[in-house]
Amino acid sequence: MNEYIYPVVLGVLTGTLTRIYMLRTDYRQYPTYLHGKIIHIALGFIAAGLGSVAIPSIMEEDFTAITFLTVAASQFREVRNMERNTLTELDSYEMVPRGRTYIEGIAIAFESRNYLVMFTSLITTLFYLLFNLWVALIAAAISVVLSKAMMSGGKLSDIVEIKPVKPHFDGAGLYVDNIYIMNIGLPERQEEVLKYGMGFILIPKNFNVNTTIANLGQRQAILHDVSTALGVVTDSGAPALVPLAKRDLDDGRVGVFILPQEKTVEKAIKVIGQVPTLENAIKMPKEMHVPK
Amino acid sequence: MMEVNKFVLAVITTNPKKVPSGAAVFHCEDKKEMEVIATNLEAILDGIAHLLTEEMYVIVRH
Repeated sequence: MNEYIYPVVLGVLTGTLTRIYMLRTDYRQYPTYLHGKIIHIALGFIAAGLGSVAIPSIMEEDFTAITFLTVAASQFREVRNMERNTLTELDSYEMVPRGRTYIEGIAIAFESRNYLVMFTSLITTLFYLLFNLWVALIAAAISVVLSKAMMSGGKLSDIVEIKPVKPHFDGAGLYVDNIYIMNIGLPERQEEVLKYGMGFILIPKNFNVNTTIANLGQRQAILHDVSTALGVVTDSGAPALVPLAKRDLDDGRVGVFILPQEKTVEKAIKVIGQVPTLENAIKMPKEMHVPK
Repeated sequence: MMEVNKFVLAVITTNPKKVPSGAAVFHCEDKKEMEVIATNLEAILDGIAHLLTEEMYVIVRH
């Protein structure tokens, strides 16, 4: 037993608990099952361990021990690859796929959560060693709150206005408002589409948003999330029944056509609003300095 | 490089004069027959029946 045992144990404990806290089955619908969770808790434990031993090794003037953190970095990049590969493999069997952009976003989140765990453990151990247990606990609580804040990104309801519109046919063309969705030839298919289909118009609140919701990955994420939350009326042999999102070229509005099993307008609006704005879809043309 | 991922799988028509070459064509007597064949082919071929003109359906795989 030496003086570092308790601080390190506390650091590992808070780090692992942070990981468990961040490992909710949320809108990403992943991981939903025990084995996936165990992998991430184990990796979180490792991250916590690495984070907590960093401070004691500095105090022992063992500076080379810090290079271990680089091992951690490459380890967690591997986590990102693992998540990406698994989800890409599974995506082809989804009724409405997540899309590459969404998967990349999830993979990034998994990597960065491990760094947040390391950060929490490091802070906790540091404060334990500098002050005492109680200060360390307060610091741990603050870093958990910070991690939580850093973990959650923007939502679609922050950047667009969502308006429900009934889809209609003009000849064989299916329209949501004035946005052309697709050509459906057979009258019985058209009836099905009108029976099950719902339309929404996403109106961008500013010019930056225009590019974000035009991103194909972002649009696929909307369709995936809505289909997960409200169900989807389609099957592998019915390619005509497919949720789609198309863009109005004039003003950048996006027409979303969905086929939910639960046809509640209010709920659908809420679900669309809850869709995360994907990190990789965000563009900021306003930040680009174009000479006038 | 662009990948070709849309195919015209079949054409169903009531007008023999307006038949494209290079695709499987189904001639029909009337609109009703055309719809029945298009419905079946849509299910069989896993494609979507698109209405080009009043007398012609194409089945396309997307």
